[in-house]
Amino acid sequence: MRPLHTFHFASPATFYPLAGRAQPLFALLALVLAVGGLYVGFFVAPTDAQQGEGYRIIFVHVPASWMAMFIYCVMAFWAAVGLAFNIRLAAMMASALAPTGAMFAALSLLTGSLWGKPMWGAWWVWDARLTSTLILFFLYVGFMALQSSIDDPRRADKAGAVLALVGVVNVPIIYFSVRWWNTLHQGASVSMTKSPSMAHTMLWAMLIMALAFWMYSIAVSLARVRNIILEREAHTEWVQHAMA
Amino acid sequence: MNTLLVSLRRDLLLAGRRRSEVLTALFFFVVVVSLFPLGIGPEPALLRRIGPGVLWVAALLATLLGLPRLFAADHADGTLEQMALSSQPFVLQLAGKVAAHWLLCGLPLVLLAPVLGLQFGLEGDALVVLMLSLLIGTPLLSLIGAIGAALTLGVRGGGVLLSLLVLPLFIPALVFGAGSVEAQAAGLSVRGHLSVLGAMLALAAFFSPWATTASLRIAME
Repeated sequence: MRPLHTFHFASPATFYPLAGRAQPLFALLALVLAVGGLYVGFFVAPTDAQQGEGYRIIFVHVPASWMAMFIYCVMAFWAAVGLAFNIRLAAMMASALAPTGAMFAALSLLTGSLWGKPMWGAWWVWDARLTSTLILFFLYVGFMALQSSIDDPRRADKAGAVLALVGVVNVPIIYFSVRWWNTLHQGASVSMTKSPSMAHTMLWAMLIMALAFWMYSIAVSLARVRNIILEREAHTEWVQHAMA
Repeated sequence: MNTLLVSLRRDLLLAGRRRSEVLTALFFFVVVVSLFPLGIGPEPALLRRIGPGVLWVAALLATLLGLPRLFAADHADGTLEQMALSSQPFVLQLAGKVAAHWLLCGLPLVLLAPVLGLQFGLEGDALVVLMLSLLIGTPLLSLIGAIGAALTLGVRGGGVLLSLLVLPLFIPALVFGAGSVEAQAAGLSVRGHLSVLGAMLALAAFFSPWATTASLRIAME
């Protein structure tokens, strides 16, 4: 029996072709799911009784917020793995995820304000969820800024990993403190309308879109990590061979 | 424990020889706080309302101002590497440095806050709560800030980067610190706020020196 090589794909040289094969697959899945999710969201899901057609932005907004939070956790996980086992690829994965996470946080804020204007009459309210997404965005920006300002890639990896871990400990604390702060300052004057029973099609559309965003994140970060590998391993024989 | 005290004493002594650095942060605090009434207007009711928040934000910024110097001088002359290599635990030596930073940058703010609070029309119990919240909160800021200072040590554009990294992490302290004074003004119990601040301080006091040590070792590799 062949021994199980847990770390077989932890080497950039073996992971690079694997990522290259997996990436189009995830991209295709993302495309199919996004088309399906948007179709259900726009044509199948019923019009909301209170919010009319405007609510349909939820199919982008909510999955984007989920992914923004989820990607931070995944990023911190890879950062921790990279730090604990001293695996370069894990650290590269963390750096590859950060821009996608920041993009989703920004998308969530943007769609949130576009949704907020017609529904609440304001582009921005200091709602707990909006504020904590904004802070999450700041954390992503800080991570990327720290990594890009350190020239030595190994040091950048490790410093970024410590920051991501400190951040992931703080994310729940920030979330709950902002929630408490919000309830103190202003009563729940504006809260996202929790419709008593969300229509099943709406929920399905949202879940399909979340899956689509998930697949998109994997595809994009695989593509990005491939570039990072090429950039960092440019001196090695296999890269020169692959590029020739 | 002795290691911690030696390192603390050394940093206090060094600061005593260069007093202007400590005073700069303190005056920065005073000036920032004084700018707000000028920018917003002198209505007493409004000032009383925003006072705690303004004082807390100014304390945050003043703490931030002293952070880049926390490790920079010792890093430049090689002391930090000697500390890391010495047989004494590095983490305790760093804890001593952070404690010195708080005594020099945090404690003066706590002592000065009531005077500035008076300018904002805060009185009696509100001032006591403000002082208490800053007394618990400023060491928390120093501990969190030390991680950021260690991460950005010797990095391009370190100062600006430091604020970008650290300020989002300061938010919980700000929320509960300024919140405690507002709760007092609203006639609520402040115990909850101060307890949460204390809990965060306890967490940070345990974890932050380790994270700072790890970051400094990375920076000195």
